[in-house]
Amino acid sequence: MKIGNAFFIAAFIGAAWGVIYTVVLSVLAMLITGETVIPDIGAAFVSGAIGAGLYILMPPEKRGWAWVAVTAVVAFITLVIFNSVLNANDFSTLIPIATALAVFIISAVSWHLCLDGVSSESQGRYQLEVIFIRVMKGFGFVFFIIIVALPFYVMLMTSLKSQQSLLSNPLDLSIDLSKSPQQLFRSYIELFSKYQFGTFLLNSAIVSVSTVLITLLFSIPGAYAVSRLRFPGQAVLSRSILLIYMVPAIVLVIPLYTVFSQLGLRNTLLGLIVVYPATTIPVAVYMLQGYFRGLPYELEEAGLMDGLTRLGVIAKITLPLSLPAIASVSLYIFMIAWNEFLFAFMFLDDPGIFTLSRGVQALNSSEIPRQHLMAGAVIATVPVLVLFLWFERFLVAGLTAGSVKG
Amino acid sequence: MAESTASKSTPPKGRGPLSHSEMRLAYLMILPTLLIVMSIVLLPLLANFWISFKPVQLGDLRPPTVIANERMRPVPKAAGDLSEISYRLRNSSQRGDIDNVVFSDSLPEGLTIDGDIDQRCSISDRVLDCNLGAYAAGKRETLKIPVVVSQSYIDDPVKPRQSKPVISGDADNILTNSVFSLENYRKIFSASEFWGVLRVSLYYTVFGTIGALVFGLFAAQLLSATFPGRGILRGFFLFPYVAPVIAVAFAWVLLLDAGPGGTLNAILMKIGAIDGPVNFLGQRSVPITVFGFTIRFPVALTTVISFEVWRYFPLSFLFILARMQSMSSETYEAAEMDGATPMQQFWYISLPQLAGILAVLFLLRFIWTFNKFDDIFLLTGGGAGTRTLTVDVYEQAFAVSNLGAGAAVAVVVFVVLLCSALLFFKYSPQDDG
Repeated sequence: MKIGNAFFIAAFIGAAWGVIYTVVLSVLAMLITGETVIPDIGAAFVSGAIGAGLYILMPPEKRGWAWVAVTAVVAFITLVIFNSVLNANDFSTLIPIATALAVFIISAVSWHLCLDGVSSESQGRYQLEVIFIRVMKGFGFVFFIIIVALPFYVMLMTSLKSQQSLLSNPLDLSIDLSKSPQQLFRSYIELFSKYQFGTFLLNSAIVSVSTVLITLLFSIPGAYAVSRLRFPGQAVLSRSILLIYMVPAIVLVIPLYTVFSQLGLRNTLLGLIVVYPATTIPVAVYMLQGYFRGLPYELEEAGLMDGLTRLGVIAKITLPLSLPAIASVSLYIFMIAWNEFLFAFMFLDDPGIFTLSRGVQALNSSEIPRQHLMAGAVIATVPVLVLFLWFERFLVAGLTAGSVKG
Repeated sequence: MAESTASKSTPPKGRGPLSHSEMRLAYLMILPTLLIVMSIVLLPLLANFWISFKPVQLGDLRPPTVIANERMRPVPKAAGDLSEISYRLRNSSQRGDIDNVVFSDSLPEGLTIDGDIDQRCSISDRVLDCNLGAYAAGKRETLKIPVVVSQSYIDDPVKPRQSKPVISGDADNILTNSVFSLENYRKIFSASEFWGVLRVSLYYTVFGTIGALVFGLFAAQLLSATFPGRGILRGFFLFPYVAPVIAVAFAWVLLLDAGPGGTLNAILMKIGAIDGPVNFLGQRSVPITVFGFTIRFPVALTTVISFEVWRYFPLSFLFILARMQSMSSETYEAAEMDGATPMQQFWYISLPQLAGILAVLFLLRFIWTFNKFDDIFLLTGGGAGTRTLTVDVYEQAFAVSNLGAGAAVAVVVFVVLLCSALLFFKYSPQDDG
């Protein structure tokens, strides 16, 4: 058995995984259980290095899951010995031990995946790059999952806590299952009973659905004309649609505020239902015209030959064929309207007509406890995320076709 | 379209009846779209330019009017009692004058004028008409009408208030008059913080855009190969973009809170990475000494840029992933045969194919990041050195109540945007996208 650069690289990878998972899982254990688990980074470094170093000494073809388990146990025992010497963590309770065990099970799997097929001899550039890419991918998965999940986790868990427990231990984001559902969901119950969140939910639904319907009503004929009919100015129009879309909302907000104030449209839902479609129609036209162009024109010509009028062709041939695109556009526009903040914030003063965005913003005050704010955030997020997960295929298509929008 | 026209035997300029009707239909179909886009996007854009040349305050949105307050004292008890109807009139505005104020009100039945009334007024058929002339800004006066009551009024007393006086006047509406000034521009360009605001905007836009692209590229590399759970992860990576900005921004505020209850500070302190809480959103900068040089590291600005990257990397991720899935695997197989290492394959095969989509994404993200208002406004409110031009528009127009100055900043936003868009369109690669 030759010891080459791969052995040292393996030891380093083991150390890195040991440290990363120790920090991540300790924090996770703290957040989930509420108990303090202090990660011992030095011990994790050494134990990981020993485990992965041991792992690579076995010839690649003989490494099975049993060998992975052996290295995990060795690393775990090393950590326990280190800990009893350094006296860092109290391993008499279950949680630190369980955390450490979990760390080295996951670490062992990670180094198995990173070093699969690599022997301890000196490796050439190709093999080293393969290892590097595997390590980076593993690191990337851990990194992205944490950064995406952490804010949502904090949002959800905070909404279920009480003010005192939040301030006494901000890391304790566990669910206290001994509480009754009424206590657990107290923030939500109060938002719906005292802060009119039911109304906000309804207002948001009204505004978003109206926006989708009006946008479709305007953009389907517009997109059809731009993509299928010949008229002077067609090329200019089809190119300038996107440019119009680049005009920032913040540039429009002062004049619209001014004019809508004088017309009495400002503090009304109608004002929003006028403004939202106007800002979404260009992107809807852009998305739909792309789709219409991709449809075979022969079908429409056949329809025209058989005596259908243009409008008949649109209604009987083009639209049924475009249903997936229309679904994508609708979901995308719904998401934009549901999430919109600037105009709702500038236009709505009267709590009876707040949309969810505006309503959650109104909760951001020092007098209102922060679990209420987070409960409001959850209420605003859940419908759009459920819709997204339900119709992910359509929405992803919509995002890809239309995400010239920020 | 060009081919289909060329293949027809009709000359390109002559339009038959069929193409005429097609043209009419096309205009008919596109007209509603054009109208709503014109009135809600293009007209306001022009109006914004107009307002930026006007010395207009938030309070000027209510045009100056004459407000009347009417009462009758003393309350008559019996027929023949004397009483007095008085109208207290004032110009609602402290800044704008009103010309040709005309006042008219009808008196309740059963009252007759007893004594002199104001010379500017006349009464006929129980209708009081007054030509009050000009009302300077803030002017107040009281019109007094002495009356004597008859029995019919005592039987059926009608409060004079029940008929509202009709007042008209020519107020000079500051929004529509022909007074223009460059005062707003002079003010914003001479303000000491303006160039700082512009610099912060550029930092935010450039680093936010590049960060989102790099992270999107990284995330797309992770999910380019198929493995179980890939679809779920793809959906999960899109969460930051799909969730409402209001929800995720406040979640970040809570996560980064410097007071008791801030999760990230508590985590970092527990694992020993920092000694005391870091005010991620409230601290302008910390001095960092590297090799003897001290640089002031902008904390809050870095945090809002991180938020921008976090929220918009899913978008670049989605685009890059879609582009990568359309690449053929043959090139990679050939490169593999030739002994190209994985990094070489990435640099010399993947990246060049992604250059087009990366350029398009850079352009679009640059524009939209520059336009971004909500994110910074919700995270820091533009404090601690994070005020960008878009937040400045809001601050000037609605916090300082100077609509004109806000509109002038908005014009700057638009001009910067237009310039960068033109530059990009000129130099961006013309291939796929």
